[in-house]
Amino acid sequence: MKMTNTEFDKLAKEKSPNTKLYLTLPKAFVIGGLICCLGQALYNLYSYLGLTELNARAAVSITLVLFSAILTGLKLYDKIAKHAGAGTLVPITGFANSVVAPALEFKTEGFILGTAAKMFIIAGPVIVYGVAASVVYGIILFIVKAMQ
Amino acid sequence: MEMFMEYFWAFVVGGGFCLIGQLLIDLTKLTPARILVIYVVAGVVLGGCGVYEPLVDLAGAGATVPLTGFGYALAEGVKTAVAEDGLLGALTGGFTAAAAGLTAAVVFGLVVARCFKRGDKMS
Repeated sequence: MKMTNTEFDKLAKEKSPNTKLYLTLPKAFVIGGLICCLGQALYNLYSYLGLTELNARAAVSITLVLFSAILTGLKLYDKIAKHAGAGTLVPITGFANSVVAPALEFKTEGFILGTAAKMFIIAGPVIVYGVAASVVYGIILFIVKAMQ
Repeated sequence: MEMFMEYFWAFVVGGGFCLIGQLLIDLTKLTPARILVIYVVAGVVLGGCGVYEPLVDLAGAGATVPLTGFGYALAEGVKTAVAEDGLLGALTGGFTAAAAGLTAAVVFGLVVARCFKRGDKMS
């Protein structure tokens, strides 16, 4: 069967199940919002315990990463993510999940080239481009300051 | 009431970031890895431009918990480090700010890989 690209696109769209935006968007919004509210509650707790603003934020990140790691280990995170989509991807818990899930999944390939190497399969690019962007920003800041 | 508004904004702004991510997933062919990269870099850029800080003041964890907040923390770390150490700070600031989250993810990842069985399910 011969067909043009546009015809193929049309066919592929007809055959693949429609993503229902009216379902996925509210789910992502609500679950993502709830994770952030949990973060806010933890932040208030740590502030109450006397941590500075920066330290409290770091402690919130660590706590959320810990929760996410445990849920990933128990295979519960993926179950939630199936419904939440970006709601569980975008918060820092999603980043933690992207580290922990392959670490566990690939441990059959050994603790060096399995767990340790595959840990960074998604986190690697995130760190590389995040840090690179921050270095560019730092250089710009430095130049601007030097010119003043 | 103030307490309520704090959580309200955390919910709305944090949920909003996830909503945008979901739109990217559903309407474009971007993979989750690409979306996370875009979010972090966007956080660095918005943090650098000074746009993100008011959002953090308004929404607290609603702005710091999404991965854009990770980018914002990188930018803030670099800003502080450049103010203290000059050009050297451009290289040290990012990882310093990201250390807590990164180290936690790495260590907990190792522990989970060590302690949990692959493919074992709770149910």
